Amino acid sequence: MAFISSGYDPNEPMKNRITDIGPRHYEDFYPPVIAKNKGKWLYHEILEPGVLVHVAESGDEVYTVRVGGARLMSVTHIREICDIADKYCGGHVRWTTRNNIEFMVDSKDKVAPLKADLASRKFDGGSFKFPIGGTGAGITNIVHTQGWIHCHTPATDASGPVKACMDELFADFQSMRMPAQVRVSLACCLNMCGAVHCSDIAILGYHRKPPMLDHEYLDKMCEIPLAIAACPTAAIKPAKVEINGQKLNTVSINNSRCMFCGNCYTMCPALPLADKEGDGIVIMAGGKVSNRISAPKFSKVVVAFLPNEPPRWPSTTDTIKKIVEAYAAGANKYERLGEWAERIGWERFFERCDLPFTHHLIDDFRDPAYFTWRQTTQFKF
Amino acid sequence: MAKHETPMLDQLESGPWPSFVSDIKQEIAHRKANPNNVELQIPAEVPEDILGVLELSFKHGRTHWKHGGIVGVFGYGGGVIGRYCDQPEMFPGVAHFHTIRVNQPAGKFYSTEFLRKLCDLWEFRGSGITNMHGSTGDIVFLGTHTKQLEEIFFELTHNLNQDLGGSGSNLRTPSDCIGQARCEYACYDTQALCHALTNEYQDELHRPAFPYKFKFKFDGCPNCCVASIARADMSFVGTWRDDIKIDQEAVKAYIGGEIAPNAGAHSGRDWGPFDIQKEVIGLCPTGCMWMEGDKLMIDNRECTRCMHCINVMPRALRIGDDRGLSILVGAKAPILDGAQMGSLLVPFIKAEDPYDEIKEVIEKVWDWWMEEGKNRERLGELIKRQGFQRLLEMTEIEPTPQHVKEPRSNPYIFWKEEEVEGGWQRDVNKFREDHKR
Ligand code: HEM
Ligand code: HEM
Ligand code: HEM
Ligand code: HEM
Ligand code: SF4
Ligand code: SF4
Ligand code: SF4
Ligand code: SF4
Repeated sequence: MAFISSGYDPNEPMKNRITDIGPRHYEDFYPPVIAKNKGKWLYHEILEPGVLVHVAESGDEVYTVRVGGARLMSVTHIREICDIADKYCGGHVRWTTRNNIEFMVDSKDKVAPLKADLASRKFDGGSFKFPIGGTGAGITNIVHTQGWIHCHTPATDASGPVKACMDELFADFQSMRMPAQVRVSLACCLNMCGAVHCSDIAILGYHRKPPMLDHEYLDKMCEIPLAIAACPTAAIKPAKVEINGQKLNTVSINNSRCMFCGNCYTMCPALPLADKEGDGIVIMAGGKVSNRISAPKFSKVVVAFLPNEPPRWPSTTDTIKKIVEAYAAGANKYERLGEWAERIGWERFFERCDLPFTHHLIDDFRDPAYFTWRQTTQFKF
Repeated sequence: MAKHETPMLDQLESGPWPSFVSDIKQEIAHRKANPNNVELQIPAEVPEDILGVLELSFKHGRTHWKHGGIVGVFGYGGGVIGRYCDQPEMFPGVAHFHTIRVNQPAGKFYSTEFLRKLCDLWEFRGSGITNMHGSTGDIVFLGTHTKQLEEIFFELTHNLNQDLGGSGSNLRTPSDCIGQARCEYACYDTQALCHALTNEYQDELHRPAFPYKFKFKFDGCPNCCVASIARADMSFVGTWRDDIKIDQEAVKAYIGGEIAPNAGAHSGRDWGPFDIQKEVIGLCPTGCMWMEGDKLMIDNRECTRCMHCINVMPRALRIGDDRGLSILVGAKAPILDGAQMGSLLVPFIKAEDPYDEIKEVIEKVWDWWMEEGKNRERLGELIKRQGFQRLLEMTEIEPTPQHVKEPRSNPYIFWKEEEVEGGWQRDVNKFREDHKR
């Protein structure tokens, strides 16, 4: 494994350096039918779950076969995607915002062989490589963050719970029986890299124990003022301790003010907070980003805590199934999960979903909390 | 024989959904066999160590990654996320294991030729594991050793004509919906605007000079497929200001059941025959639609362009022709004072190359935020702290009723001295001539 230079010279980093060229131009990558008809599409139709046709003013058609995928993906898998795209799609392919993969062909007769090929491919372990679906009033792929595969602050894993949930929701990935689309998202800590605060169903990792204090190493590993400044609730103060007769600069944490965000740990590795029993999952529901009919909404916390249960997170998947089934049974056509909950009332939502209501679900965080209490005598028994 | 036992992860090979565990295992097999005799620049067993670390996290219920350290490429303050494993002896292949954010092309279309080059580079100099894509939008190269960072950057820029994305307190990699490339609802060319602004602001993207992160996202219409309204400091949402175009023949076809409503999105259940009164007219949030005989009528002045009727009857109803976009600002996640949606700043602006008017708004917003924003204060928080009126003042935008959901319900107006006739300087003695002490 000899080191092979790219041509970069560490002694002269600026030599031949190319910077600020940005991404590749999108026009390099359009399939011809897209390049030709861009901006001139007339309408589209979902022919069956996972298969769309878009029809242009010119009469041209593009057929899209959408397949699910894990966003955590090897180059071997990407190369297989390329092989398929080369064989059927003239060497073009695209990804969607929600981690699905779209194979496009320019005539209807090319759809069936493409579908058959995609559906036939399986991993050695038995799962589908390219399940077709993710369209219309169904449940499409979950957008998510890194989790235990690569991040330092997660309170749960990402790829694991996503796989467990999508296995449970698989039939609805491949069908369109929901009243409207159901968007599920996962963020593995409350920083929420992923867009979970506006999803129909959001899975959110949450810590419940304040950081531990590694006094002996704290001053060596951290800039104490940075750790103090990082805390959004001002729970951290400078402190001194004596260990083995040595006076050390450190910090103290007012545990009752801690909201378990982990910002201090990001600044100071001597303040770890991850914990097997403390960490777990919050379920939020009823958010949306579309402006359709009603305004975009935030998701609401409907289950305050579920434990981490690797490898399959059964409490989480069961809860999500319950919410999905109650929604599918109760909502009107076109009604998003949050619109349904607001129409029947949140008191009914908990009843229909068979979820307990606990004091943790009443907002007590700063000013916006007040607006979530009930300032009317209108409620349902 | 696997390097690490992974009984819990092996469980995730079962079930129908694509298994990332199976995928990583196939990469392990590929690297071991190395059929193309690639001179792997980081050890072949790296993907095995990834699975090993993850299995340990499944067992412990805790992550085994430590953050950061300052790693990156010369002259850039973003694009690389430093990462170290807290069990380097057990997993030497991933002891230091930094991710690289590669700026995705607008619209996320690819040629296989380009994808294969990316794969070759990442097999040669990295773990062979990626995220397609990270949630900001970048292609994420998941893990390589420190020494390879400059080499990868050099190869990307010299051989692939491709740059890194953003991270840190700078402009994050912008991303967009598919838009006009394949969507009949798109009111402007999202790819063109996304690409133009990404290139215009390369310096802001690569060299952190902001109080905190800043995101652009581009949605072609109010359906908001990339969730711009919820997750971008500046959201560009397509809209129109003339009339929805109606094809009355197609309306009849929908009513007659010849065309499936909502492009067939509800075909998985029998919802009964299509009822235009109940499903379209009755759900219009502004009540601005009605039937005259068999003709569908819309009072376009009252329409708020929610997209519902167009989504239900895409072959009968089309977006108007006087198109542009709305700019909303300040969306952010809950940390800290609660989540914020974007608030409407520019109700309508044309989106035409070279986008000078749009850039003017962006730069005024940045000037204010860079001047007044505190360290780690998102734009939305600054707007809350100093007020929406201040934002309008700094961007020189006239206040209109469109800016608010409703007017204020308290009268605590902070009048400025120059707004009050005669100013605030008064003579108390003169006052006392009429009002005894
Ligand atoms: C149901 C809950 C939530 C949903 C659906 C949600 C959704 C999103 C989405 C879609 C994004 C855009 C991500 C991207 O740029 O790719 C986002 C960003 C963000 N979310 Fe959330 N979020 C949720 C809750 C939260 C919470 C609880 C927090 C913090 C406590 C949070 C903090 C953030 C932050 C800070 C960002 C911005 C990331 C950045 O600027 O790079 N979110 N969220
Ligand atoms: C104190 C606050 C935050 C900290 C400490 C933090 C930390 C991090 C770290 C360490 C990563 C890299 C994970 C990895 O690839 O290994 C990351 C990714 C990311 N962060 Fe944050 N973050 C914070 C707030 C936010 C906020 C507010 C947003 C959005 C509004 C956000 C959006 C993102 C996004 C989109 C990613 C990429 C995630 C992915 O694709 O996996 N972050 N963040
Ligand atoms: C800035 C704010 C406000 C001020 C200075 C204010 C002042 C007053 C005053 C002086 C009265 C008459 C008290 C009396 O009978 O002598 C009153 C009555 C009342 N106010 Fe307000 N108010 C304010 C805001 C509000 C708001 C926001 C609400 C409701 C959302 C409200 C609801 C009422 C009601 C219900 C009454 C009783 C009316 C009646 O029965 O005749 N007020 N307010
Ligand atoms: C919608 C606006 C308002 C309403 C309906 C309102 C109503 C009232 C009422 C009913 C009283 C009691 C009068 C009484 O005892 O006979 C009062 C007293 C008072 N209001 Fe207001 N008010 C309003 C706005 C304001 C504003 C904007 C201010 C100050 C900036 C203000 C300052 C006061 C003060 C200082 C008193 C006490 C006066 C005293 O003790 O004699 N009010 N107001
Ligand atoms: S959501 Fe939190 S834990 Fe997950 S990748 Fe983002 S910062 Fe890391
Ligand atoms: S976890 Fe967050 S709230 Fe708790 S002490 Fe650390 S910074 Fe403060
Ligand atoms: S946001 Fe609108 S224009 Fe863009 S893809 Fe979605 S529906 Fe089409
Ligand atoms: S777009 Fe929405 S508001 Fe406008 S007519 Fe259609 S349903 Fe009504």
